[in-house]
Amino acid sequence: MHTELTDNIKRRTRTNGRFRYLVIAGSVITVIPIFLIVGNLAVKGYRQINLAFFTQPAPDTFQAMMAASAGEIIPGGIANGLTGSLLMVLLASLFAIPLGLMTGIYIYENSTKKYAQFIRSLTEILQGVPSIILGIIAYLWIVKNITRGYSALAGSVSLTIMMLPLIIRSTEETMRMIPISIREAAFALGTPYYKMIYKILIPVSFSGLATGVLLALSRILGETAPLMLTALGSPAISFDVTRPVSAVPLLIWDFYNDPNMVSLVWSASLFLMVFVLSMNLMARSVASKHKYI
Amino acid sequence: MNNTPQSDPVLDIRNLFIAYEPERYAVKDVSASVKRNRITAIMGPSGCGKSTLLRAMNRLHELYPNIQTKGDILLEGQSIFSMSVIELRRRVGMVFQRPNPFPNMTIYENVVAGFSLNDIRLKKNQRDEIVENALRNVALWDEVKESLFRKGTFLSGGQQQRLCVARAIAFNPDVLLLDEPTSALDPVATSKIEDLLGELKKKYTLVLVTHNMSQAARISDESMFMYLGELVESGPTGTLFTTPKDPRTEAYLTGKFG
Ligand SMILES: Nc1ncnc2c1ncn2[C@@H]1O[C@H](COP(=O)(O)OP(=O)(O)O)[C@@H](O)[C@H]1O
Ligand SMILES: [Mg+2]
Repeated sequence: MHTELTDNIKRRTRTNGRFRYLVIAGSVITVIPIFLIVGNLAVKGYRQINLAFFTQPAPDTFQAMMAASAGEIIPGGIANGLTGSLLMVLLASLFAIPLGLMTGIYIYENSTKKYAQFIRSLTEILQGVPSIILGIIAYLWIVKNITRGYSALAGSVSLTIMMLPLIIRSTEETMRMIPISIREAAFALGTPYYKMIYKILIPVSFSGLATGVLLALSRILGETAPLMLTALGSPAISFDVTRPVSAVPLLIWDFYNDPNMVSLVWSASLFLMVFVLSMNLMARSVASKHKYI
Repeated sequence: MNNTPQSDPVLDIRNLFIAYEPERYAVKDVSASVKRNRITAIMGPSGCGKSTLLRAMNRLHELYPNIQTKGDILLEGQSIFSMSVIELRRRVGMVFQRPNPFPNMTIYENVVAGFSLNDIRLKKNQRDEIVENALRNVALWDEVKESLFRKGTFLSGGQQQRLCVARAIAFNPDVLLLDEPTSALDPVATSKIEDLLGELKKKYTLVLVTHNMSQAARISDESMFMYLGELVESGPTGTLFTTPKDPRTEAYLTGKFG
């Protein structure tokens, strides 16, 4: 009886140990590619990252060719991409954050109504639409009809349509976590409905909402396909929303297509990757700092 | 607000029916009155409709469009259904079963939440005074005066519940509704809340839902006994406990169900 029991325990301990190793091995295998990518980008791209990389627009082929053949680092940087990305992401946020939050709250608050359920399904469908198609739609709406040419506005609209379902879903899911009793406590104090929303629901779920927004932002920062059909790209730094602008991922594509600028591909990718990673980390820290529910 | 004669009932419930689903009444034809500056306990086994009845008194059911209410409730002689719901809820405060301080607010902000959520602007010294008074009234001041600007959710369960009482009385309501306010608390915290309710009835009219008979016996002045949605019996607590008229009340009090 006793030996049976101790045998049993021994066996369990062994199985337990094996599983531990399995789990550790699994997690290592998932983490390795991330380190390989960042490491690779860092090794190949660090040389180009200097002040000019952030303050100067992309070089032209000739400049790049001269530098490359002389074995020097390529002059210029990604300033036109940075400003273009900044402009379009800001504009897209301006559209998508308020609209997404309001729609998410609306769907949550009216989850039993047919119309809200319809919007919700639309959101789900939208989330599955390939981004290139969103680019085509923005092209048809904005490039063809409004700005009559490639423009930052068109790029922003395609990014807005990408952000919306992400923000709507995360908003709705965050709202769902708020205990009913918190809402009822607010109402029991005579709080009007809209006040309950902006003084209780939104602040209480702030971390979840902010996380959703930051993740949506980090998602669109690297988007390339829809921008090719809308913002097109531009060698100059421009803040005119009716004109073409560049973006960091568009620049990466341009660099890739120019054999003289290959080293800039690595630097720009390194920058984009680090930026998006820090955005994700920021989302986490915001989430833990303002977590109330 | 208390300029009506003392004998008036503060709340007068008349033939109240409440259904969560069509024709299935959780509260059936309840008529009862709530006396001023008394603790009125609503007792009965779980699921008998105590919370449903209580929540009708500040029209909380209106948050859920499927719930149907028939009948009337008068507050100081005026139908609560003819008042603005905002005014009603300011005059009839509520404390819930589980402590629910607003997690985004500090202790201080929680106490004055009723004002800030209703856009009632107060001067800083007025606010300070309201906070101190409300917290003293719930015997929480000495425990939290050093940490007024910490989040309310850092407090213990019992302290949180007293904070919720403070939040409800900061508005100086006529009536305070309490839905099993101690059921989530340990015995020490429970006895603190019970002492507190004894103090509060000097200023307010309290309606206390409890499934705990001994609690009702300890602190209430008036009792109602509900069973399957009906109000079986009501009257002074002493009478109801010693000489119940209805056999169902007697069965409940002797522990045959519940
Ligand atoms: N939200 C709800 N939807 C449907 N039925 C409910 C709901 N809340 C309570 N009920 C039903 O109404 C009856 C009374 O419930 P309740 O008032 O919560 O009882 P008590 O507070 O006395 O335990 C129960 O039968 C319960 O199942
Ligand atoms: Mg209940």
